[in-house]
Amino acid sequence: MKLTRKHKRLGIIAGLGVVLAIAAGLILYALNDQIVFFYSPADLREKNVAIGQPIRVGGLVETGSWLREGEHNSFVISDGAEVTKVTYTGILPDLFREGQGVIAEGALLADGSFAATSVLAKHDENYMPKEVADAIKARGEWRDPVEN
Amino acid sequence: MAIELGHFALVLAVAMALVTAGLGLTLWRGAAWVTGFARQAAILQFVLVGIAFAALIQAFAVSDFSLALAFENSHSDQPLIYKITSTWGNHEGSILLWVFILTLFGGAVAAFGRNLPRDLLTLALAMQSLLVAAFGGFALFTSNPFARLNPVPIEGRDLNPILQDIGLAIHPPLLYVGYVGFSVCFSFAVAALISGRIDAAWARWVRPWTLASWLFLTLGIAMGSYWAYYELGWGGWWFWDPVENASFMPWLAGTALLHSALVMEKRGALKIWTIFLAIITFSLSLLGTFLVRSGILTSVHSFASDPTRGIVILSLLAAVIGGAFVLFAWRAPALSTGGLFAPVSREGALVLNNLFLATATAAVLVGTLYPLVLDAATGMRISVGAPFFNLTFSILMTPLLVVMPFGPFLAWKRGDLLAVTGRLAAAVAVALAATVIAFLLSGFEVPLAALGFFLGFWVMIGALADLADRVRAGRIPPGDSFRRLAGLPRSAWSTAIAHFGLGMSVIGIVCASSFSTENITTLHRGEATSLSGYSVTLASEQSLAGPNYDADRITLSVTAPGGMTRDVSSEKRVYRASSQPTTEAGILTYGLSQLYIAVGDPSDGGHVVRIWYKPFVLLIWLGAVVMAMAGALSLTDRRLRIGAPARKRHTAGAVE
Repeated sequence: MKLTRKHKRLGIIAGLGVVLAIAAGLILYALNDQIVFFYSPADLREKNVAIGQPIRVGGLVETGSWLREGEHNSFVISDGAEVTKVTYTGILPDLFREGQGVIAEGALLADGSFAATSVLAKHDENYMPKEVADAIKARGEWRDPVEN
Repeated sequence: MAIELGHFALVLAVAMALVTAGLGLTLWRGAAWVTGFARQAAILQFVLVGIAFAALIQAFAVSDFSLALAFENSHSDQPLIYKITSTWGNHEGSILLWVFILTLFGGAVAAFGRNLPRDLLTLALAMQSLLVAAFGGFALFTSNPFARLNPVPIEGRDLNPILQDIGLAIHPPLLYVGYVGFSVCFSFAVAALISGRIDAAWARWVRPWTLASWLFLTLGIAMGSYWAYYELGWGGWWFWDPVENASFMPWLAGTALLHSALVMEKRGALKIWTIFLAIITFSLSLLGTFLVRSGILTSVHSFASDPTRGIVILSLLAAVIGGAFVLFAWRAPALSTGGLFAPVSREGALVLNNLFLATATAAVLVGTLYPLVLDAATGMRISVGAPFFNLTFSILMTPLLVVMPFGPFLAWKRGDLLAVTGRLAAAVAVALAATVIAFLLSGFEVPLAALGFFLGFWVMIGALADLADRVRAGRIPPGDSFRRLAGLPRSAWSTAIAHFGLGMSVIGIVCASSFSTENITTLHRGEATSLSGYSVTLASEQSLAGPNYDADRITLSVTAPGGMTRDVSSEKRVYRASSQPTTEAGILTYGLSQLYIAVGDPSDGGHVVRIWYKPFVLLIWLGAVVMAMAGALSLTDRRLRIGAPARKRHTAGAVE
């Protein structure tokens, strides 16, 4: 069969369609599988989060809870209603402080504590991660930060 | 006084831009004076915004804290260079820099556009002016950089310490030149849609602007990545942070545009798609600058933001992007389709390139915006992090890299895949051999790295094979080949060099992500630890005072596997004005590899030390620099210069 212009064009379009369909499928699959959900300590208590599943937790670091032993850190974060103990090995960000908001990424351990693989604190002094602020507001524990 | 002058100049520039836009968009078919007016006005806008920007810089340089912006973002103890860079280390100042570069490009179009058709030039300048009016107006009404304070504070609040780095002097201006340069492509696309003049010549005029923007964007992104790498102390060079994605999307779309404009220029095909890409690329640049600045997406880059601004930004983006797409939907069907080509051809390869780049752009866009959409729709809070992007991106890039070396070998219109494969057989063999050697040297640790190595080597060697094939190396005497090499058009050189650079970056990425090693430990003075054959000893610790900070400097002595010992220090700084701490990582470079050391706060008389060994990590950024250099080389190609008439090919080597 001789390939006409029409056939060629159809061939190209079909080829593009296949590639795009594969790409769309891939993106949807990755979105289902690779996204990381955010939880506050109270969410952790209420929702059944599987042990070992990668998640993010956020809250305010409780004053007096930060313990250090060499490179091993542990601290407690709170959303006003519940608390979660977080452990982290490494160097905490410069702006990590007790009383400030942080987000930790990692997974729950069987004992209910959270093993963080990374801890984020923002560059800005007055920064409160949006997720943390929303979670605290949702618990009705929000107090406006003091202006500077 | 200078500040009021600057403020007034900005107001005048916006007014001037409004008049130019109004006049140009209504009278573009009209008399020659309209074009003359638009050209003069574009240059005048550049001068006026230049005055405004200079006034702002001057106020920062002399620490004039009667300027609210200088008070909030600068301190009299800062070294002069950081006083100056503080000008754009904040929302208002960075918007003014953005508008300044916008007028710079408008002025450049006016200055270099003498040979363009009058109607197209008028419309493009009018569109450019409309953008100046919109974003200059945005600066004036919602983020005025010239607001004054009374009474005048004695001291400023200091620039965020993390920004007090030479990176701030280089990264934002480069990146903004890249972002904003695409505004010229956008303006030309809109002008073409309005006037209906879309042909190969249009692609020829637009290509230099695309190239210039692309090369600055490439440098800007690479510089930003390196800055984040050495400054943030996490040892990573790319975090898939929303703002990184925001700069990466226009780069991907701009790269696609660069390639599709080539097809349009040479063959008159892909017109509608090229116009579409020109609009999309600048839209993504806008998204990059403003969505992140608006505080809608949280990111390490968002400046303290005012929520009312977000609404204005969104409306502005919707108006500019939406307006362009409405125009596109209305006018594009009227365009004639251009040259036909077989699926296997140079055009076909470039279409494939565009397909994968566009899909990758879409994947990044989905990953960046999905959390916003999900939050708005269901209230679920999620983050789409590195695993999503790494997975989708590597799968999308693999076929692109496999196909890449074939492209330059294929003939226009109809190519012979079998013959090309034959000519590339040697390159495949060399790439495979290099992969096997690299894999053996790396100790078989990461099987997937073999695929990455092959892709990188294949792209690099494919680029060299392209040059070799063009000069018929091995088929004619070597002397003749060298003569042909010198006679190759610069565009041929730049294609090969740019592809080679990409291969370098791929190899760097594979090495840095698969073979990095890491060690976290606590060291007391005199204690040593080791990593990948490097022995690191905590040698000394001293307190010192910088110009506006106090630091704890920890010096470590590092003995390389070869026995050579060098000292490196990492600092913990506390900036006096804000009492904000930062960490300066210690980095030692060995060839293309680096040893990266971050030191934590003292604990029990020792220091927590985190050490990374990153083999061949420098290739990532070197590759980007090579790509940008290739872009610059291509810009100097006479055939692509604006208005330069097509020269007859008399060099025998200039075979396409």
